[in-house]
Order: sequence, then structure tokens, then C-alpha cells
Amino acid sequence: MWLRLGQVFIGIAAVALWQVLTTVPIGGTLLMAPFFFSTPVDVGTRVFKWFAEGTIWLHLGITLLEAVLAFVIGSIGGVIMGFWFARQPLVAALFDPYLKMTNALPRVVLAPIFALWFGLGIWSKVVLGVTLVFFIVFFNVYQGVKEVNPAILSNARMLGMNERQLLRHVYWPSALSWMFSSLHTSVGFAVVGAVIGEYLGASAGLGYLIQQAEGMFDVAGVFAGMVVLAVFVVALDTMVTMIENRLLVWRPTPAQGRS
Amino acid sequence: MCDGNTEARSRKLGSSAADFEAPAIALDHVTIGFPMAGGDTFIAVEDVSLNVAGGEFIAIVGPTGCGKSTLLNVVAGLLTPLEGTAYVLLRPLAGINPAAGYLFQADSLFPWKTAIENVAIGLEVAGEDSSNARKRATEWLARVGLKGFEQRYPHTMSGGQRKRVGLAQVLIREPQVLLMDEPFGPLDAQTRQIMGNLLLDLWSTKRQSVLFVTHDLEEAIALSDRVVILSSGPAARILGDWRVNIERPRDIAEVKHEERFRDLHREIWQVLRSEVMKGYERTGGG
Repeated sequence: MWLRLGQVFIGIAAVALWQVLTTVPIGGTLLMAPFFFSTPVDVGTRVFKWFAEGTIWLHLGITLLEAVLAFVIGSIGGVIMGFWFARQPLVAALFDPYLKMTNALPRVVLAPIFALWFGLGIWSKVVLGVTLVFFIVFFNVYQGVKEVNPAILSNARMLGMNERQLLRHVYWPSALSWMFSSLHTSVGFAVVGAVIGEYLGASAGLGYLIQQAEGMFDVAGVFAGMVVLAVFVVALDTMVTMIENRLLVWRPTPAQGRS
Repeated sequence: MCDGNTEARSRKLGSSAADFEAPAIALDHVTIGFPMAGGDTFIAVEDVSLNVAGGEFIAIVGPTGCGKSTLLNVVAGLLTPLEGTAYVLLRPLAGINPAAGYLFQADSLFPWKTAIENVAIGLEVAGEDSSNARKRATEWLARVGLKGFEQRYPHTMSGGQRKRVGLAQVLIREPQVLLMDEPFGPLDAQTRQIMGNLLLDLWSTKRQSVLFVTHDLEEAIALSDRVVILSSGPAARILGDWRVNIERPRDIAEVKHEERFRDLHREIWQVLRSEVMKGYERTGGG
């Protein structure tokens, strides 16, 4: 209870400080010029206007769609490849240097190429998100399958499981738990991929909105876009936590005290 | 067909306590080793021959790190010996031993399955239909004293309760051979006694052949028909083989006060002590 109050207090204090510094002259000058920093009231008004006029929903919807597609495609790809590589050490050894190279590459530099290949619509953003999500899920599932507890594996064998049953009852749940442990990161990266893609060239989406505002030196618009984006990500993250708690009931205190 | 018949017959023979001619398990000059870095081979167990009769409860005792567990792994079919052969019901073992149930020292329940799912899984993978498997799993959980714990996940249970689930998980498949690798090692003294009595109680109805590995000589004598002592490793071998002539049913806590128990304990300990000291000197007590 006190923790919550404290959290709220910090937020209010920061916003109040921002408002004071941008509107009340101290010693004859404003410490933060509203042109560069906008004011909380302006930002709030802008956010309210977006929602009141309903223009924001299209952008939110586009970003959400891109992020969800990137997450789903990237996760499916990561799970399949992770499984395959972990069960086929030769394949893993062959592709290892190339995987590491690709993963080391900052994905932002790929964005213009994807725009060229997939156009300015949603798909170039989805692909950018996929390249981010895929590697997180891939490495986690790979690790999860590789590091199945040997005692559990021996036990499963002694209980008469064949290869297929081992996959279903041992490798799959084990890999899944690793995948879920990276869920927060991969959902975050799916959104990052979508927003960066939009920022670099799009006709809709939160990234596009922020980029447009920047282009017109509309600082209130930039901040408003950031506020909406932040709330959006927190909402997604809460949803992920709920799904996680549901699916991983068997885990000792899953992600407790995270929020 | 023919093989199946001999198997059935030998099982029947084995179950009559008087007949020790057809061993449920036979280790024939088994040597177990592992390749080491540098091309050498580490010999864990050397030239061990051991017959386990049908329905016989054998405890294998030895200092820490003497290769007791590797011996069980050979009988389980998880490990292939360098030399020698393991026979199960007169047939040389190849691959996993389907007649064996194995209770491991480490926690080996599936953490993502509830207690009942953990117990039922052995039947389900064998093709038994799910509702039937669950019904029998419920019965087995009750038998190990976990009625009402069906929907609990392993992490919400105590170490002793998890061992009970493990016992049910193994026994529901009705194995003819039960392998136990210091199964009660991590439990506290009271829980160990309770689990030991539970084990004897469950065993007395079916009388599987049991290989029970432990480093606790008291536990070994209290539970078993025969105590086999292994020397300290590497290249551990059998030092001695004692028959425990204490009538059943036994109570683990009470049997320890009997004259015969104390005599046997003194006799075996004299052999075991020097081996334990050797083991300590080599590993520095670790």
C-alpha cells in the first residue's frame, strides 16, 4: 500500500516539477523553454484530443497488429528452429557462425532494406520485428531443449517413453518454460521492431505519429506519442504476465514481485 | 512366443521364495568405465558378478563415489558396461530394461505435471487410456498416503511427499525389478524411517526384486534380505555379501534394537570401515 502511494507520489512530483520549470519563471527566465520541452498540460491535452477525436486508434491498431504478427511469426520460427538445432547437433554446428553473425548485427540497419523489399506497408515492420523476436526465442528454446534436467530425462526413459513421447512430455514443456521466461523481452522487442520500422518510413502507426511530430518541431506531439507508447507497452506486459501466470502454474512463484 | 513363455515361467519360479535358481537379475563379470580426457579410461566398477533372485531385496552399500549408482544404471539399461553382461530374467539386456522401475536419488518428477499426472504418465505412454490411468493413479496416490494431493504440483510438496509421488510413479507400472538409488538420501531421519516402512509395506504385497543402493549401513540391514558391500572406488569390487536373517514384517525403527541386527551391523561395519576411511583419504572427505 505504502509502496503504491510512493510510486504515485514520484510520478506526480516529476510531472509537477516539469510543469513548474516550463511555466513559472525563476529569476526572470524559464529554466526549460516550452518550445523544447513542452508542458505536461499541453501533452495531456494532446493525448486527450487524440482519443477524443479517435485518430489515435488507427495508429495504435496498426502498431499492435505489426507487433503481434512479428511476435507470433518470430516465436513460431524460433521454437521450430530451436528444437531442430538442439536435436541435430551437426546442423547447429554448421550454422553456428552465421547465426551468431546475424544476431550480432544491429537490426536497425536492416530496416531500410526491408522497406525496399516489403514496401512501406505493415510487412516491412513485421519482418523487422521478426528478426528481433526470432533470435530471443530461438536461443531460449535451444537452451531449454539442450539443458533438460538429465535426471528427469532418465526417469522418462525408464517410464517407457519413446522418442516422440519424450519430445511431447519432456522436451516440449521444458523448452516452453524457457520460451516463456523470455516472453517479456520478446514482446517488448516486437513493439520496438514495429515502432522503429514506422519511424523510418510508414503512413500509419505510433512510430509514424512521433516521427511526423518531430518533423514539425511539435514537441508536445512527440511526448504525447511517447506517453501513449509507454502505456501501450505496460498494458501488453501486464497481459503477458497474466498469460504467464496461467500457463506456468507449475513453476515455483513465477515472476512474483515483478510489477 | 517361446521367449515369452520362458519369461513367464522364470518369473513364476522366482516368485516362490525357495527357488533362487532363476535370477531376476544377473550381473556377469561386469566392468564399468568411462572415457577420460587424454584417452584413458576411468574404471568405476571392476568385475562384479551378482545374482538377484526373484522377490529378493538386496542392499548395495559402499563408500561415497564407489560406483554404486553406475551399477544400477547398468541394470536399468541406461549404461552399457565395458565388459560383461547384465541379464534380466535370463535374457541379456539391450537398451532400456523394460522390467525395471527406477527411483532416482535426484528429484526426477516432471515439474510441469501435477501429482496425478506424474503417476499416470507411465501407464499413458504404455497406451492405457487416460481415464483408466487416472483412476489407478488416484488409487496409487492413496496407497502412498497422498490422498487429496492429486492436483498439487511438485514444487508445492515437501521432499518426502515428492518421494512418495516418485514411488507411486514407479510402482504403478508394476515393475518386476525395482532399482533405488539412495532414494531417501535427501530426507531427514524421521521421514527416512517412515518412507522405509512405507516401502517395505508396498513391497510385501508384490515382492519385486529390489536393488537398493545406500551408504547408510543401518538402513541397508533394516530393509534388505542381503547386504552387498562394495569397496571404495575406483575399480570398486564386491567385498562381501551377508544374508540378513531377520524375519518380516519388520519395523525399521524397532529392528535396530534387535540382537541380530547389532551383531550383523558390527560384523559388516568392520569390513566397511576401512573402505570408508580409504575413500575419505582419497577424496579428502568431499
